[in-house]
Amino acid sequence: MRELLDDLDRWRAAGKRCVIGRVVGIEGSGPRDPGAAMAVNEDGEVVGSVSGGCVEGAVVSEALEMLGTNAPAKVVTFGYSDDEAFAVGLTCGGTIHVFMQELT
Amino acid sequence: MTTPYDELARRLRANSPTALVVVIEGPHVGATMLVTPNAPQIGSLGNDDLDRVAARDALGELEAGRTGVRHYGPQGQTTPEDLADSPTVRVFVESFAPPPHMVIFGAVDFTSALARVAKVLGYHVTVCDARKVFATARRFPMADEVMVAWPDDVFIKFGATLGPRDAVCILTHDPKFDVPAIQGALRTQVGYIGVMGSRKTHAKRLERLAEIGLRGDDLARVMSPIGLDIGARTPEETAISICGEIIARRTGRGATSLSTTSGAIH
Repeated sequence: MRELLDDLDRWRAAGKRCVIGRVVGIEGSGPRDPGAAMAVNEDGEVVGSVSGGCVEGAVVSEALEMLGTNAPAKVVTFGYSDDEAFAVGLTCGGTIHVFMQELT
Repeated sequence: MTTPYDELARRLRANSPTALVVVIEGPHVGATMLVTPNAPQIGSLGNDDLDRVAARDALGELEAGRTGVRHYGPQGQTTPEDLADSPTVRVFVESFAPPPHMVIFGAVDFTSALARVAKVLGYHVTVCDARKVFATARRFPMADEVMVAWPDDVFIKFGATLGPRDAVCILTHDPKFDVPAIQGALRTQVGYIGVMGSRKTHAKRLERLAEIGLRGDDLARVMSPIGLDIGARTPEETAISICGEIIARRTGRGATSLSTTSGAIH
């Protein structure tokens, strides 16, 4: 989060809406620890990361959809969980849970 | 109006310890609270009792530097019996502890390489040397502070705050400086103490340390010659070898190549 501050301030000063995604849980082998964060603004500009590059693209799509639909905050899971397979997986075989919320 | 984010940004920039607490599942998803030692919390998770219990727990997590998810009942219930028949609130607690501190004794070429690598790893870096010609901010622009001081004064200033996440690296090669630096470091809770010098220098230094009464279990904390055996020669390679050793000591790993071992990587 610390490394996002300057860009977040710049976006907020420019009146850009943005979503922050933060890793809140990992199962199996995850490349980044809980707390790893990235942010996406309404123009699709991105700072930070939540994995080793495996799921960032999907986080951007999700973030832009949330901004478009004014969606409430939620946990989004990437990788494979017990009961369902998601479209975007981690190459390391792990699962990460990302809490996504519009910054207000 | 100041939002929790504004306040978080202010505290992160000031390096003041803070826990960010947010509901990720249950009623009031997204509700956010900021917790700091010795100050009232800012924001709310949507229930006074939940706020009180979660703030108490978040302070504990912050002290330990831990980040993770905790489970409560809607009014902050924590025991399994209380939670059995009620919906669960999942709360993510993220600890923002101040950066770890690396104190480097000796204003030499190896110092500037080590300070650079330490900054990449997120350390707050202090460079100390008693010689004011060498200990200048111009020679070590990457350091957070450069002190012209003897080891005793450095430990008077920082000794009480050095802990398991911190490191003391002694690169002076000069007994009148490194002996008091080792003595001072051993009186702290610092997690890593490394001292530069050849095996011959180290053997002589051990004799001096024994003369002033330091015993085997004290000296077992002192990593010397400093660094991992990766064949480092340049100041930059040596800095990587030192920082590799600091990481390996903290994680308790043997620092072999992953390709020759099995088991979990992280």
